[in-house]
Order: sequence, then structure tokens, then C-alpha cells
Amino acid sequence: MTDADPVRLYRTVRLIRRFEQRAVELVHGGQIVGGIHPYLGQEGIAAGVCAALGVDDVLAGTHRGHGHVLARGADPARMLAELCGRVTGLNAGRGGSMHAADLSIGVLGANAIVGASGAIITGAVWAHRRRGRDTVGVSFFGDGAVNEGMLLEAFNLAALWRVPVLFVCENNGYATTMPVAGAVAGSIAGRAAAFDIPAVQVDGQDPETVRVAASAAVDRMRAGGGPELIEARTYRFDVHHTFEHAVRLDYRPPDEVTRARTRDPVRIQGERLRDSDRAAVDAEVEATLDAAVRFALSSPEPDPADALTYLYASGLTARTGGGS
Amino acid sequence: MPRLSYRRALTRALADELTRDEAVFLLGEDIQVGASLVTTGLAKRFGTDRVRDTPLSEQAFTSFATGAALAGLRPVIEFQIPSLLFLVFEQIVNHAHKFPLMTGGQCSVPVTYLVPGSGSRTGWAGQHSDHPYSLFAHVGVVTVVPATPADAYGLLVTAIRHDDPVVVFAPAGAMDVRDDVDDLVPVPLGRGRIHRFGDDVTVVAIGHLVHDALAVAEELADQVSVEVFDPRTLYPFDIDGLTESVARTGRLVVLDDGNRSCGMAAEIIASVVERVRLLAPPRRVTRPDGAVLPFAPALDRAVQPGRDQLATAIHLTMKDSA
Repeated sequence: MTDADPVRLYRTVRLIRRFEQRAVELVHGGQIVGGIHPYLGQEGIAAGVCAALGVDDVLAGTHRGHGHVLARGADPARMLAELCGRVTGLNAGRGGSMHAADLSIGVLGANAIVGASGAIITGAVWAHRRRGRDTVGVSFFGDGAVNEGMLLEAFNLAALWRVPVLFVCENNGYATTMPVAGAVAGSIAGRAAAFDIPAVQVDGQDPETVRVAASAAVDRMRAGGGPELIEARTYRFDVHHTFEHAVRLDYRPPDEVTRARTRDPVRIQGERLRDSDRAAVDAEVEATLDAAVRFALSSPEPDPADALTYLYASGLTARTGGGS
Repeated sequence: MPRLSYRRALTRALADELTRDEAVFLLGEDIQVGASLVTTGLAKRFGTDRVRDTPLSEQAFTSFATGAALAGLRPVIEFQIPSLLFLVFEQIVNHAHKFPLMTGGQCSVPVTYLVPGSGSRTGWAGQHSDHPYSLFAHVGVVTVVPATPADAYGLLVTAIRHDDPVVVFAPAGAMDVRDDVDDLVPVPLGRGRIHRFGDDVTVVAIGHLVHDALAVAEELADQVSVEVFDPRTLYPFDIDGLTESVARTGRLVVLDDGNRSCGMAAEIIASVVERVRLLAPPRRVTRPDGAVLPFAPALDRAVQPGRDQLATAIHLTMKDSA
């Protein structure tokens, strides 16, 4: 099941990197409103974990969620159209950056509430397995989420009912501006240990290391094992949110940022390829993203009359707020 | 005609839906033994996989249900205590309710949240006696409050089959109501019911208060002709049905076991006066603003809307238009 092809792994991290850079440009250009939480620097985690998944598997992500959606195989053009609020977007322009979802490939959505994905994925995996599928799930979250009670309750449920969920903590060192040392008593792996959930710490900057750890966990889960946790140590190369490009917040020492940037997942994986292979991937990714940007910006914006279409799956219609 | 209690009607609805649809399963605290006396016998009949006891992790199991619904199942969660809804308001509103819109119509989240014993159960004091249905109506989650055994059955069945989240409040004050019931059939959402026709004033009563309104209407029968309208569903609300009633009577009193400010009574009155020119100012009988139910029984009763208050409100409404 695992996709061990180093070229494809490189393509995924490169795609996410360039997607995010293009998206930041579109934020600055005003084509993406509301800003984004760039996944820059953390690409190796989504790429490595998703390379370990099969077609029936499900995942849910975070507010910093573009990487998870792309690594799972969503169409970059429809993803970018979503960020631009167009009807052709994955969510028909109703979700945006923080809620991008593609249920057709098991992406139950980026989720803007910290720590929310664990219980949702646990329920989804349990339900799929009850319906006879061999599904495993992945719940991505950051270091900030390990202090959310809702997530710790999900650890307990998944372990208690032996639901095969891979909890992936992307520890980038900061919950917005709060350093891990200022927020986390005990340890992240220790939280898993409290529920008898096996946990490993890996170098999240190396996509192949992440892939190997995730594959081993997925293999054990498919063989009947319960949930596992991977703490992937990483660093975000850019801001928490693009509003910081306008308002500089002083919370990370510049030399820490400079040092962290030397461990670049795109470069690390790229060096495993022949130059010609890497150049071919880079060119293909550029062409894909050129087309994605054209598609997104040429797609129609939704009709304001349809603002609450999809509010109810049942077809219930809401009263309008107007005065007539 | 068989006599059926409200509580047994809920049990029957759960059993019938578990039988009818393999995708239905129950989730909650102490439901295998049936501590609420609603899920009694269901674990034995349908197995502990489909009638699942949970640890005391309301937030996780509420979102677990959301995930299971996204994967094609139809979870029903029982909450023993209405105040637990405050704890899981985030999971219901921010996730279950918002997913269809936020995903651009990619999914449905058919979860039923059943609260048997909502409102006051004399002596359960401040943290176990709330009736927060207006909150769910406010955020646009389908909200039903059945008053009778037949409606308890029919609305719970409909809730489980509905493709969006539904909160079913089964008021403690109605749980022991018994009725002769001929047909157990689904009851449509958003359709009110006139329990008693009258000419002078329409009383809208919610949940168990329907029975108080009927008693007051009977007491006052030689002085004023009272129509009793039971909305059954608070969201969506049967404003057309109520408008028709008030257009005939010209007067409106609302009896609502929620707090006064921003409560259902306020919404109902506003919705009616947008459409109908009344003969007298409308009145509402509710819990006080910001009410916390005090423990001592006399204080508990003093905070709940009562029959005397309703009778007074009806008299004042009649006097105002004399």
C-alpha cells in the first residue's frame, strides 16, 4: 500500500511548497482574502504520512491544512479556487483555506478548531470499519492541541475502543506565538503513554523518515492494532498567519528561524533524486500550478443569492434576514 | 386503544429505527442499563455494539458521532442531563451543523441528540435543570420539543431519519404523560398542532407546558375561549400554522420554559406581529431573565412558568383589548 517512490514523495513536498508560495502571493495580491496559515517548512509531514495511506483511509487536518489536502491528492486547481472563493473550489467557495475538504478522497476537512479532528476521525474510522472496510485514519494537529481536553478525550476513546487512528502531532514549537515550553507540562509523547498509545518522535523535516514511521504504524494498525501517535518535530518557515506579513510579532529569535530553515524538507528529499528527475518534477509542478492559478482566477465567483445554499443537507430552507 | 407513556414512546421509536435501519446506533452514558429508563432493554435486543456505553467524554463522543455520520451512519446520542448540551454546544454547532455548508454540500451529518428529562426535575438544582432549546433554534439546528406520547414517537423517528442534526428535548414534565395512541407514525418537522380550538386568544405552549395550557384553558372555559397551539418543532417553526390561528383569535400569549431574554417566546411573538395586527399587546410567560433554578422545591417552582401566571396573562390580554 505504501508509496515508497522517492520521486513521488519529492513531488508532493515540492507541490505543497510551491502551492503555498503561490498562495501567499495571491494573499498579497488581494485575490485570496482572509489570509492563510502557510504550511511552509512542514511539508514533509503531510507528504510522508499520506504516502503511507490507502484509498479507503480518511484524514482530517488543521487550520494550517493545505498540505494535508494536497498530499492526499486533491486537485491543486480546485484547492486554489477554493482559497480564492470561487464556485469551482473544492467546497464551492463555502469553506476557504481553513475548511478545505474533499470527501471523495477521504479528506474530512481542514478544521479551524484546535484539537477537533481527533474525535471526528475516530468516529469516522470506527463507522467505516463497522461497515466492513479496512479503513485507518489520520488526525493531524499541532503542539497547541495537546492541551485541548477534547483531543485527550479522543485519545481515550480511540484507545479504549481500539480504533486505528494515527494521531500526528506536528510540533513546530509554537502555538501561534506560545512556545511549547510555556504551554506543555509533561511531554507530548507522555500524553499518549497515559492511554497506552504507542508513540514515536521523528524528524518531521525528513519526508522519508516520516513516511517510514507512518508506514510502520499503519501496518500495525491494519494488522489489528489500536491507535498510535507520531510526534513530528518540525518548524514553520514563515508566519503563523499571513497577517504577520503586515504586523511583525516578535516571538521567534531570528537566529532560531535561520537555523531551522537549513533543514528544508524539500531540499532534503530533493537531494535524493537525480538532478534531471528533480528538474522534471519542478517543471511539472510549475506547470500544474500555473494552470491552477489560471483556473482559480478565471473561475466564477458564487452568486450572492446562493449564500446559504448547502446550509442544510436535508433541503430545509432558512428564513432570510431581510426586512420584507 | 393501547395506553402509551411518553417515555415508552421514545423507547419504541428507538427500537423501531434500530430495527428498520442498520445504520442507526445509540451512544451515551449508562444507556446499556438504561439509567434514563428510555433505552431499557435495547442493548440486550440490539447488542452492545449498537447500543454503546461511553466514558464521561461528552465532547469526544459528540464529535465521534459527527465522524460516524460523515461515514454514513445515523448516530443517536442520549444526554441524561440537559446542561451537558452546554458542554457540547461547540461540537454540535461548530462541526456537525456547519459541515454541510462549509464543505459546499459534500456531506450530511444526520445525528440525533436526545435529551430525556430536559427542564426541571424538582430537586436537581442549578446545573441539571436547564431548558436550552432556544440556543439551538438560534443557531439553526433543528429543534423539537414533543408534548405527547404520539408526538414523542413520531418526532424522534423523524429526527433519526432526518439528514441534518436534530436536538430532541423530551421535557421531564412530559415523560410520564400517558395517552391512548392508535397509530405510531412519523410526525413531520415544522408542523404545529392545535390541541384545542378557541375563538378569543391563541396560547402557544412548548413541550410539557402544553398540558398546563390545556388545563388552564379548561378552567377558564366559561370566561374566555382559548386556543392551544403546540409548535412541536421550534426550528423550523410552523409560522404559517400559528399565523392562521392568531389571525382568527387576534390575541397571543406564549408559555415558554426558557429564560425570558432572547428566548423562544420573544421569537414567536416577533414572528407573529410581523404578520398579524393583534387586538391587544402579546404576552409571554417564561422563566425570568438569566434564571438559575434554585434547589428548594418552592423556589424551583417559583422560577418556572406556571398556570396562575398563564391565567393572569390571558386575563390581561383580554382586558387590554376590551
